[in-house]
Amino acid sequence: MNPIYFDNAATSFPKPDAVYTSVYNCMQVGGGNPGRSGHKMSIAAGQLVFKTRKALAEFFGVRNPMRVIFTLNATEALNLAIIGLARKGTHFITTSMEHNSTLRPLHELQKKGLINYTIVEASADGLIDPVKILDSIQTNTRAVIINHASNVTGTIQPILEIGKLCRKNNLILIADCAQSAGTVPIHIAESNIDILCLTGHKGLLGPRGTGAMILSDEFDEQELTPLKFGGTGSLSDRIDHPDFLPDKFECGTLNVPGIAGLYEGVNFISNFPGGIAVISATKNSFSRNFITHAKNQIKGFTCYSDENMRNSGVVSFNIEGISASEITQWLSENHNIMSRQGLHCAPVAHKTIGTFPQGTVRFSFGIFNTFSEIEQSISALSRLVNEK
Amino acid sequence: MKSVILFDSTNLALWAEEILKENDITAKMISVPRKISSDCGYCVMIDSTQKQQAEKLLLKYNIDHNEIADLEDI
Ligand SMILES: Cc1ncc(COP(=O)(O)O)c(C=O)c1O
Repeated sequence: MNPIYFDNAATSFPKPDAVYTSVYNCMQVGGGNPGRSGHKMSIAAGQLVFKTRKALAEFFGVRNPMRVIFTLNATEALNLAIIGLARKGTHFITTSMEHNSTLRPLHELQKKGLINYTIVEASADGLIDPVKILDSIQTNTRAVIINHASNVTGTIQPILEIGKLCRKNNLILIADCAQSAGTVPIHIAESNIDILCLTGHKGLLGPRGTGAMILSDEFDEQELTPLKFGGTGSLSDRIDHPDFLPDKFECGTLNVPGIAGLYEGVNFISNFPGGIAVISATKNSFSRNFITHAKNQIKGFTCYSDENMRNSGVVSFNIEGISASEITQWLSENHNIMSRQGLHCAPVAHKTIGTFPQGTVRFSFGIFNTFSEIEQSISALSRLVNEK
Repeated sequence: MKSVILFDSTNLALWAEEILKENDITAKMISVPRKISSDCGYCVMIDSTQKQQAEKLLLKYNIDHNEIADLEDI
């Protein structure tokens, strides 16, 4: 029996076939180190990386492909953005829906006495009221960091409104698009995002170990200090690290096979029939379908995502009397259904929705799931409840 | 005669190559000739007759470049 994979918010599975073959070909044929040597294999690897840089820039509405900085994942991109912006005595605003990859760097910077930050509370369904961000602005506020789509509830934040208020108040906007990239249409300039942080292995359908920090065309990169220094294949005669993009923030040999796969993932989404709007609508309808049927059919079912709100394909729930870990283990062992239990690296979000510290079961849907799989999961859950 | 356009960054060279090709300029990535630079990167080779046209395009796209050297010079 094929697995039913409902853990796409952790990492998407399966990937389009072109992703697998491009990773394989890149390892087997395209083995050069990009930007390091002048031979054909090195140049070909460089061209492949460039092609991906350009595809990502176009995908998010950025004109200059040099403003796409490859990272290992969203965590590295967020660390680079947050630590890179930190100046002594400045203040940051973030939300209770953030992932630890935002909260922990902020906390570390605060422990060092460098910055302080305010956490804006979301409502119980995970939504942020932009007015609350406005109310948290201090004279020394430098940036706002917002998780665009929640990895716990699937709630999609009003990024346009938040972007507008950041622009008006001269605040830098960092968007954590780990869950939204490839799932929700995003235009960096229209949303007034300054720094977009993403991971390649979720909605963008690329391999694990790929990600990017994308700077808008207008953002002044002098605001940002690099985290890493080293080999770039440029200005090698100098001890000073280059200060032009992307080299300023990108050094060391890149994950070229991963990036080759990421190109195909982005390409798949860009050419998806009907575009990303259809992907968005499909994931939303999977969530809605699951929630409405589960509410009707499963005794003691509590859902923390609202079926009437736009959802990125992520649903958190609990069933009375059965622990989250019992449910996920039972689904995996007996029905080959992959889901995730616990806090999903977002403990404050679970406090907001009232499920801390026990957590929830999370189903996260991908573009390759089907309504029939959702039906099967509901009958599996009903059986579990009846057996208890 | 051929000329090479030099860049601080191989990333810029790759971008330039694509822009030039898109605008019907025959451009080829080659490793930087040793006599020009000791750096490990590559540069873009074009036909010398298209030098001005290439320079204009790079300016238009804001792609910073260094000198454009005629290959006969070296
Ligand atoms: C909202 C959010 N931010 C950041 C991350 C971190 O992504 P990664 O593990 O790829 O660094 C994740 C996923 O784990 C996430 O869901």
